[in-house]
Amino acid sequence: MSARIAHIAFNTFREAVRDRVLYNLILFALLLVGASLLVGQISIGIERIVIINLGLTAISLFGVAIAIFIGIGLVSKEIEKKTLYTILSRPVRRWEFIVGKFGGLAWTLIVNTLLMAIGFFAALLYSAGGFSGSDLWLLVAIYFIVLQFIVVTALALLFSAFSSPTLSAVFTLALFVIGTFAEDLRAFAAMTQGATRWLATGVAYLVPNFAALNVISSVAHGQSVAGALVFYNTVYSLFYAAAAVSGAVLIFDRRNLK
Amino acid sequence: MSAIEISGLSKSYRIGFWRKRPVVALKPLHLVVEEGEVFGYLGPNGAGKTTTLKLLMGLIFPSGGSARILGMEIDDPRMKAMIGFLPEQPYFYDYLTAPELLEYYAQLSGVPAHERRRRVQTMLERVGLPDVGRLQLRKFSKGMLQRVGIAQAILHDPKVVFLDEPMSGLDPMGRREVRDLMLGLKQEGKTIFFSTHILSDAEALCDRVAVLHKGELRGVGAVADLTAATHARVEVLWHGLEALPAVAALGAECHPTGESVRAVLAEEQVDAVLDALRRHTARLVSVTPVRTTLEDYFVEKLAPTPAEMAR
Repeated sequence: MSARIAHIAFNTFREAVRDRVLYNLILFALLLVGASLLVGQISIGIERIVIINLGLTAISLFGVAIAIFIGIGLVSKEIEKKTLYTILSRPVRRWEFIVGKFGGLAWTLIVNTLLMAIGFFAALLYSAGGFSGSDLWLLVAIYFIVLQFIVVTALALLFSAFSSPTLSAVFTLALFVIGTFAEDLRAFAAMTQGATRWLATGVAYLVPNFAALNVISSVAHGQSVAGALVFYNTVYSLFYAAAAVSGAVLIFDRRNLK
Repeated sequence: MSAIEISGLSKSYRIGFWRKRPVVALKPLHLVVEEGEVFGYLGPNGAGKTTTLKLLMGLIFPSGGSARILGMEIDDPRMKAMIGFLPEQPYFYDYLTAPELLEYYAQLSGVPAHERRRRVQTMLERVGLPDVGRLQLRKFSKGMLQRVGIAQAILHDPKVVFLDEPMSGLDPMGRREVRDLMLGLKQEGKTIFFSTHILSDAEALCDRVAVLHKGELRGVGAVADLTAATHARVEVLWHGLEALPAVAALGAECHPTGESVRAVLAEEQVDAVLDALRRHTARLVSVTPVRTTLEDYFVEKLAPTPAEMAR
């Protein structure tokens, strides 16, 4: 990795950690994790399941919110505010800028997830008084959540490379919602016939499969996660994110900065 | 080797939603700027000055032609390490302090790590901001931001500096300081290409100027040559209103202000006017030949061309 990419990534991280909105979102997520304790106390017998479900869902949703909120402005804000002018007039290639921006936000989200995960495990420890062996699968669920953030960040960056922040947010959010139901979409495609089948199958496989990255419910019930799924999800997410970032590079490489 | 060679560089956009129509922002431009020159790129707002600078910086892509800076293509990263750029009304990452911002730019420009801190401090002192320490840029005034902009443009000791309207938004003291900075850069042997519509700044600083209007290069010339021509007219300034009727009777344009009078007249009338002033015991202040100013040249070049008149 070139030093310039690392410098751009660090500055993106620095921008995020100096943004008050980020702290509000993290605080809100931690409050929700804390609130799961209260809900858990009135859920007789399934306290642990409720805490895990609510806690990990809060981490996932607020992380996605951060990824979209910051990701949509990664490129468009730099163009709009003309901060990019003094970057690209230096020996910085456009692809280095895009990759650096992506790396910076991905890094931010990993650190955020770590903070929120600490809050989540503290809540779980307070509630159960200790950890069990099956809690190791919670780490896999959190790892999948991080993969989800990486894909969402790449998509937000892709849209940010050619459209306004508002449109980028709409596109990314729409893909996130559709991707959450990717398995249902694939099942629907399998039931259709003729040209509709081709079209539905194409769409089902084109949208990111966020459903496969969501194992919150199964780990909440103490079920294990297959090693093959960990491998498949890792490869799939990294390839999907790489394709989206490459798309952003291709678009941005040809873009006039008016 | 020339510092900047522009050969037929042009830019047009297509605007509109359904029926897109082309808009020419820059007609094919041919221009050469030599090393060590201070080159003024003049033109009214919307003339195409910023478009040219954006093309040279690789921020937009040309519709035609090419350009080389220090003998290298404009997308060559080696060349970009040797140039500095101040955009018009620069905006920086306002969550950073000035030292943080300059350190970041120094990193991107490839300034060695062991030199960065010293270079940043030297630059801040040079632009008159030695004590801005922990103040975030969002709290800076416009003038302070412009100084930071100049600091980032020269931080990495570039050979060629591009400045887009560097005096824009500055108060008279700020303009003077920027002018002094530019003179300092010139003494260091740097090539300066700067766009402006403030002609007095161009006249004071530039070796050569180009005038751009409606995306078209209307003229290029050395400031010394452009302002050397006289009009065979002389300006006479004196105190004492008594001599005014006699001088006016000689056909001079007289402009009294209080007890002083400024008269513009033909060179051959100077002796007659001086005699009239002696007769009326007026106190002579100055006799100066009227020279062409850069403003005259600018206005002449902006006049409609025959083709424009015919339209």
